[in-house]
Amino acid sequence: MSAPGPARQPHRLGSGGHIDRSRTLSFRFDGCSLTGHPGDTLASALLANGVRLVARSFKYHRPRGIQGEGAEDPSGLVALGRGDRHEPNTRATLTTLTDGLVARSQNRWPSLRWDAAALTAVASAFMPAGFYYKTFITPPQVWPLAGPILRRMAGMGRSPTAPDPDRYEHRTAHCDVLVVGAGPAGLMAAQAAARCGARVILADERAWMGGCLLKEKTRLDGRPGTAWVADALEELASRDDRVTLLPATTVTGQHDHGFWLAADRIYDRPDAPAAGEGPRQRLWHIRATQTVLATGAIERPLVFAGNDRAGVMLAGAARAFVNQYGVTPGRRAVVFTSHDEGYRTVFDLRGAGIEVVAVVDPRPEVRGPLPDRARAVGVRVLDGHVIGDTRGHPTRGLEGVALHRYHDGGMVPVGEWIEADLLAMSGGWSPTLHLHAQTGARPVWDDDLLAFRPDPWRMPPWMAGGCAGTRGLDAVLRQGLEAGRNAVEAAGLRLTGAPPPVPAIDRDEPSEVGEGTPQAPLWAVPKPAMAGGKRFVDIQDDVTAEDIALAHQEGFATVEHLKRYTALGMGTDQGKTSNVNGLALLAEARGEPIPMVGTTTFRVPYTPITMGALAGESVGPRFAPVRRSPMHEAQAEAGAVFQTVGPWLRPRYFPRDGETLAEAVRREVLATRANVGMVDVSFLGKIDIQGPDAAEFLNRVYINGWKSLPVGRVRYGLMLREDGMALDDGTCARLAEDHVAMTTTTANAGRVMAHLEHALQVHWPDLDVRLVSTTDAWAAVAIAGPKSRQLLDLVTDLDVSNEALPFMGLTVGPVCGLPARVFRISFSGELAYEINVPAGYGDALWRRLTQAGAALGLVPYGSEALGVMRIEKGHVAGAELDGRTTPHDLGLGRMVSTKKSFIGKRLLQRPALQDPDRPALVGLVPEDGRTAIPAGSQLIATEHAAEAVPIPMLGHVSSACSGPSVGHPVALGFLKGGLARWEGQTVVAAYPLKGTQVRARVVPPHFHDPDGSRQNA
Amino acid sequence: MMLIPCPWCGPRPRVDFSYGGPDPADHPRPADDAPLEAWTRYVYERDTPKGSARELWRHAAGCRQWFVVERDTVTHEVAGSHPLPGAPRPVGEDL
Ligand SMILES: [Zn+2]
Repeated sequence: MSAPGPARQPHRLGSGGHIDRSRTLSFRFDGCSLTGHPGDTLASALLANGVRLVARSFKYHRPRGIQGEGAEDPSGLVALGRGDRHEPNTRATLTTLTDGLVARSQNRWPSLRWDAAALTAVASAFMPAGFYYKTFITPPQVWPLAGPILRRMAGMGRSPTAPDPDRYEHRTAHCDVLVVGAGPAGLMAAQAAARCGARVILADERAWMGGCLLKEKTRLDGRPGTAWVADALEELASRDDRVTLLPATTVTGQHDHGFWLAADRIYDRPDAPAAGEGPRQRLWHIRATQTVLATGAIERPLVFAGNDRAGVMLAGAARAFVNQYGVTPGRRAVVFTSHDEGYRTVFDLRGAGIEVVAVVDPRPEVRGPLPDRARAVGVRVLDGHVIGDTRGHPTRGLEGVALHRYHDGGMVPVGEWIEADLLAMSGGWSPTLHLHAQTGARPVWDDDLLAFRPDPWRMPPWMAGGCAGTRGLDAVLRQGLEAGRNAVEAAGLRLTGAPPPVPAIDRDEPSEVGEGTPQAPLWAVPKPAMAGGKRFVDIQDDVTAEDIALAHQEGFATVEHLKRYTALGMGTDQGKTSNVNGLALLAEARGEPIPMVGTTTFRVPYTPITMGALAGESVGPRFAPVRRSPMHEAQAEAGAVFQTVGPWLRPRYFPRDGETLAEAVRREVLATRANVGMVDVSFLGKIDIQGPDAAEFLNRVYINGWKSLPVGRVRYGLMLREDGMALDDGTCARLAEDHVAMTTTTANAGRVMAHLEHALQVHWPDLDVRLVSTTDAWAAVAIAGPKSRQLLDLVTDLDVSNEALPFMGLTVGPVCGLPARVFRISFSGELAYEINVPAGYGDALWRRLTQAGAALGLVPYGSEALGVMRIEKGHVAGAELDGRTTPHDLGLGRMVSTKKSFIGKRLLQRPALQDPDRPALVGLVPEDGRTAIPAGSQLIATEHAAEAVPIPMLGHVSSACSGPSVGHPVALGFLKGGLARWEGQTVVAAYPLKGTQVRARVVPPHFHDPDGSRQNA
Repeated sequence: MMLIPCPWCGPRPRVDFSYGGPDPADHPRPADDAPLEAWTRYVYERDTPKGSARELWRHAAGCRQWFVVERDTVTHEVAGSHPLPGAPRPVGEDL
């Protein structure tokens, strides 16, 4: 299973850590075959193999190593997977090592060790803060030259190009108490809540729960901390009917009202399935009655020249690599810390056989339990000193640090270089407040903690442990217990059962011994006159202390401006390690205290979520539901070519013997006009309206009158929005005094239903009317053409003579042996009927009509022919009802009732909407009788035709077709002043995008059977 | 995601609902013959209150009823909800 590779894990300890040395996993990094063990992350396995250089930086392509050990790590971003499985910008520290894992470094060309763009390090003097902004205010002719170079250098990683072969899913969960973070505080809180019978979800971004108890050498109740963690997890797991444990799951966002999003990296779990099995990631939608945040704290790096070399690492991360993974991140170490807790690094590193040469501490005369203990074991404690610079090798990283004496913010070189390949640094800890602050809480600055604390006005969510600014393991555990019990009570549950006991902690425990000397604020070590390196604040975005000073000098003095101008904290890590240092430096530059500067906005997500997890199942055919007509199958068998129209799959045309679309449509139109055609109109919106006030209701929502509509008759109606613009048109059939069947256009079915419900519920609750959508309840077929009555007669015993069933009449009874409503209405301009049957009979209706109509030359037609015939007839449709047209614009001005009120009436009276010069509906035919007039063309005057744009526009072409029934292309459009001004004149339909112009004559918009004799026949 | 208390169905996630502007009690539809200015204000002008607001919401993916929600536009806290005048009473509501 493991391929031959270099020396096996030269930096792996022989024992210790929470890894399984009995199994070996092989993986590849940049083509090299390497090994690790279960329990490793990719980061720990790389370090175990002595791989220190893992990435190139974003802007300068500087060589970078691993600085952190978790979500905070700003630099160890790699591309994972091979082939179609490719995920860029993944944190090596959060990636669980699996057998066969393939990873590559990023931002390097041609290779990580030799990167061409790193030469920009030489040119970096030309890439100061605001580089991109400044570049693009240079003369624009320079841009095409700079563009390709910038594009090659900029960006993080490469996007995958093939579809993602993995599955993702979303899941919704509800709980009484959500606990975020499974360190000591979170485990106590979860146990406390679980013992009261609460439904608990415990989520932690790490694959292995336990938080700092895994990373630090800690003893609880006289046993290793990990034993306590195992017991706690076992107890929680035993309550699996109430408790859900989510390892490798990052709660990425707090949304309103207890709603949390969590990204579950299933393949990073210790018990992950093999690639391709089950979903790779899952996005949890968690609704929690109460939440306990136990998200810990993030260590801050120190800012000094040359602080970005591989081998310069957060002190806590160095301890974690030693203690949790049994990995030595270096052989000879210096610790650089501005507070006592950093000293505990000394003992852990020494315990792992790493030589600790010195502790460098800016504070003068440091005394305290931990510093004294360090002195006692013979480590040089250089208090009153700082590291002013580093030196190293491009690929091997750190080789030495330069010692400076430090006093009152000033610094003098000592002239001593200390050889070291590991620098463990700590500038203090910042509570992880991201989730707390995402919904508007304002963290407050604490001068003692030298960090932001949670907003005291925004509790709950209950906060416990490091994220609450609490120090000392005992206090953290007790706070976790209290938070868990508070959450239970606040969730309305009773505190029952015995609370989990707080384990006893050794008084010798480093977190318990207390601090002798308070932490000193050290936001940046001054830059020596002859420094070899830059002072990086944000090593993901390559922002230096100088950049911040420059930005301030150039006037970007607020923290939000600073962020955008320098890119500080704008990387995928969102400045987890850099933000506080950055804004402290800005405060220094402004000469103001840190609280005056404030923080930038904490935004979701806490860490990046893959696009796959966001999309979940909603990809490919699951992207949206598909609606099919009840007669879909029968039409498919008849050779229909379907088209997606909104959610519907709708027959577009029915080609025969290799016909093109145009040929098929022409045949369908001509056959319908000559004999009879049939079309599925089940797609139309249908609303059933009942109640004594039904006609009054129609009167108030349509522009025309309805009171006079007799039972058994159908009427066309147009409804407006409140602003006077047309909303939709359709027909209403009066089935009884108090019963109306309304149709709407397909596209507006939902909108019209909502509009009517709003009117009834909000404006006129006194009307006794009920509405229900029946779109899915009815299947409908329109039969049209001179032989449609003959066809109908063949399939029904109802009297369908012109006298019994005149134009706009209706009848109810069996058709094709099916219960039916027959409306004599026409969209095509032909003698036509719409036959409605309950949806379940739709398939039978289509098949029986097809059979019965064969002798009459019946053809099925699709939406394309339907559209052609309505244009020839001059009926308006969606392209005309575009939200900007009034009844007058549509040529329907005479329908507007003056005798009643209706929605839209008042604002339709606005002078601008009454202007006779408004664009109004006209017909257009090509002057040459054959050139098509493209829909979307702009209408311009002939005298402007030869001019360059911009040209005064007179209107536009809304719909066009080849006009098979009239023998030449026809179009509908809107022209300023309408027919009254333009009838008989010529305009030009210009389509500048395609460079075409067609001279068109303006005619009335009824090309086919203008007097209506065919539909009335 | 906000939880909106539908007077008929109970609390449901915000994606079930659509927003419909201010409470009609505060923003009444003008009379048919009211001046154009009044109608223009009604259709086009909305206050954007900071803090407490009474808003019209519809349980679009549920019972489809419009009702009034009292909500803080800054904190998104929901103080309560009630049916519009003339709406059917929620089942079990005390009269
Ligand atoms: Zn409801």
